[in-house]
Amino acid sequence: MGKKIHVSTTINGEAVEFLCEARQSLLEVLRDTLTLTGTKEGCNNGNCGACTVLMNGVPVDSCLVLAVEADGAEFETVESIANEEHLHPLQECFLEGAALQCGICTPGFLVSAKALLDGHPEPTEEEIRFELSGNLCRCTGYDKIVRAVQAASERMKEVK
Amino acid sequence: MSENFNHSQVIKDPGDNYKILGTRPVRHDGVDKVTGRAIYGNDVQLQGLVEGAILRSPEAHARILSIDTSEAEAHPGVLAIATSADFPDLGDKVANLGEGPVNLAHLAANCLAKDKVLYKGHAVAAIAARNVHIAREALDLIKIEYEPLPVVTDALEAMKDGAPLLHEGLLTNLVPGGEKAETPSNISDHHHFKRGDTEAAFEAAHIVVEREFTTQTVHQGYIEPHVATAHWNQDGQLTVWASTQGAFSAREQTSEILQVPISKVKVIPCEIGGGFGGKIPVYLEPVVAVLSRKCGRPVKIQMTRDGVFEGTGPTPASFMRIKLGVDETGKMTAGEAWLAYDTGAFPGGVIGPGVMCVFSCYDIEHANIDGYDICVNKPWTKAYRAPGSTHVAYAIESLVDELAEKLEMDPIDLRLLNAAREGTKRVDGPVYPRIGLVETLEAAKNHDHYKSPLEGPNRGRGVAAGFWFNIGLKSAATGHVNADGTVTLLEGSTDIGGTRTSISMQLAETLGIAAEDINPKVADTDSVGYTDITGGSRVTFATGLAAVEVGKDIISQMKERAAKLWECEAADVEFSNALFTRGDDSISFKELCAKLSRTGGLITARASVDPQGFTNGFGVHICDLEVDVETGKVHILRYTALQDAGKAIHPSYVEGQMQGGSVQGIGWALNEEYLFDEKGHMLNPTMLDYRMPTALDVPMIDTVIIEVPNPSHPFGVRGVGETPIVPPPGAVANAVKNATGIRMTELPMSPPRVHAAITKDGNGAS
Repeated sequence: MGKKIHVSTTINGEAVEFLCEARQSLLEVLRDTLTLTGTKEGCNNGNCGACTVLMNGVPVDSCLVLAVEADGAEFETVESIANEEHLHPLQECFLEGAALQCGICTPGFLVSAKALLDGHPEPTEEEIRFELSGNLCRCTGYDKIVRAVQAASERMKEVK
Repeated sequence: MSENFNHSQVIKDPGDNYKILGTRPVRHDGVDKVTGRAIYGNDVQLQGLVEGAILRSPEAHARILSIDTSEAEAHPGVLAIATSADFPDLGDKVANLGEGPVNLAHLAANCLAKDKVLYKGHAVAAIAARNVHIAREALDLIKIEYEPLPVVTDALEAMKDGAPLLHEGLLTNLVPGGEKAETPSNISDHHHFKRGDTEAAFEAAHIVVEREFTTQTVHQGYIEPHVATAHWNQDGQLTVWASTQGAFSAREQTSEILQVPISKVKVIPCEIGGGFGGKIPVYLEPVVAVLSRKCGRPVKIQMTRDGVFEGTGPTPASFMRIKLGVDETGKMTAGEAWLAYDTGAFPGGVIGPGVMCVFSCYDIEHANIDGYDICVNKPWTKAYRAPGSTHVAYAIESLVDELAEKLEMDPIDLRLLNAAREGTKRVDGPVYPRIGLVETLEAAKNHDHYKSPLEGPNRGRGVAAGFWFNIGLKSAATGHVNADGTVTLLEGSTDIGGTRTSISMQLAETLGIAAEDINPKVADTDSVGYTDITGGSRVTFATGLAAVEVGKDIISQMKERAAKLWECEAADVEFSNALFTRGDDSISFKELCAKLSRTGGLITARASVDPQGFTNGFGVHICDLEVDVETGKVHILRYTALQDAGKAIHPSYVEGQMQGGSVQGIGWALNEEYLFDEKGHMLNPTMLDYRMPTALDVPMIDTVIIEVPNPSHPFGVRGVGETPIVPPPGAVANAVKNATGIRMTELPMSPPRVHAAITKDGNGAS
């Protein structure tokens, strides 16, 4: 192994610096170095979406991003979705609509859904299903997740 | 609130007037789970924690001639290496571990192979290192010499004389007799049940249908890989942080494999990222324990995804030959089933429930069932949601559909005519108590989905029923009453899908307080009474019962405090609607809580339960689909699941079980399977290639909950979790038949299979 590499990045609005090995993924550094364990590992090869984070506003599988690629980029993780006092409407709707069972896929779904609603506040059911098809859930059968995103879209409209 | 999350229908029992039960409070652990704060198995962080990796067999069947770890040990950063030599010799010891007896030597040899590897991906060694990358690179430095042996992966091949034997001395268990066969074979168990005279009954039948069906190996597919952390302290105390469906079962398995006293092992259950039966057995816990003992630091291993597919227990592939006879009216008179399930590498599979479930929905006088569990060179199969039932339901429901067609009868009417009801005796013996299959079939028949016409080319509708038990087993709970009128509830059931809340609601109903006034905690094995696994659709039923008993104990103790205040006998104090009364005196639950510390101290109540007697759940599913005849791809258009759920404590989570189980069943029906090459190597051990359903593959899943109360629970709870996976393959297959004229007798009905069937058959021919 060579020496560790110094990376400067922005995570959840804060400037962050870390050292990593060239072979480490962003997922690994988020979880193990920065203790942001809300981002989950399900497959570590980009198939399940449990590790979804926003990279410069775009959802990515953080297991497929090398930590060194984080240099200069901006990230949002599940930990940034709620503010100090309140849950985000998506989080409220996931809870009120029972859109999670075991909850391991939930952070990834919330991040993907937030990206969807940020860019497209009134998606159709088909668009929701398409945009969330990179996130696997084995517990819910997706019904309540899709409904929670629909409900959050309505609620965000009312707030505006 | 403008949104309507709830699109389901609940058909209530007329006697139902509960206050809390049937409402939909936000789950107690919800905020932690939507903010990323909940601690799952891989989120455990400890002082000095190091990581490990598992070395898996590249061969499906081979003798291990030698293992040389010296080079790996010398690799910088490697801290410890474990092989089966680090486990004690367990002989032929058998222990009852939650869901029946387990041969401990097999359990240990599945964690780390001893003498032989029995499947590709079988764990052989483990390494702990400063980080997971070092551990993985050091795996390549372990030198293992294998002597390859002939491989058998197909159950029917493995049954034949002369097939390669996985276990040289394996003698078949004969059930129900209890004897053993005399000659060794790969057949682990043979179940045989017979009732009446099937030969004569088939002879006399008006119509007889008979077909052979096959299904392939499928995996539970939980999104969280198996993970475990252990720290073996210098005082001999072993602490395990586990992602398990049963902390007490994990404790027993770990203590037995390592032969350390159970009191020296503490299992801390973390949040669990799905299980579906697959997280009952231990794979990693004893291994990380040994590594920790060797290196003196806490060690964590999380499996890779291919490790999960290749090294943990999926549900068996099956071969089924089933025959069914009816008289002129459509009454089923005779049934015969010959079932072969593969158990994978070790004996002890799920043919038992397969045999019990095959004719479980129907009242058939003459029946004959033979079922076999067969060892093959594949991963050791384990429970997967209603284990063994989905296979047989696919087969029998296809035949019932075929009979309805031949009789020119509505398929629901045919099922109603033959449905099991209270007093029906199952072929393997038990007599049903009050059950709700008839009500569920009637609800299906009256449902808008069933009554709506389905039009368009290559479209079809299918119906299927399904059965599963819910078991009782042991649960414990402790309640601490707080001065502010709330109750802290300690229980031992891993919460996979909202059971903290469904259990708390039962305590809240008993005490007449709000669900939010209960503060539930899933406790570790040192902090709560013995509780069996989260499985068998038992938690809301049995742990819920423990919570009800805790509530009764709290009321009884609080009556004594009220009696003290009023200077009367406790027997004179009455309790209802959260109010203690005696004559004109009254004090609310909350007010009395505030006075507890002045009347003898705060109250703790506890209960341990072991409810006896079996109960049952039935589901009926309706599926509309369209077959793309160019590609063979099946699109699900509309899907409705109806289930006799008993009292639905939290209807949203009951619906969630029904929807999730339906989609798992749809995945099993349409696409999921382990693909093996001739060497027994799995070709698709990734989620991309195994291809479970995504959000885009399925429509909304409509639900109807039919609340036929279970007489053996104070609130009428039945288990609901497992039944929903049982009907989908049958419902989908019947819909494909309706759409194309082709009866698919192999699962999955994947595009290549459907396309081949259409091409071979010519479109529309039957």
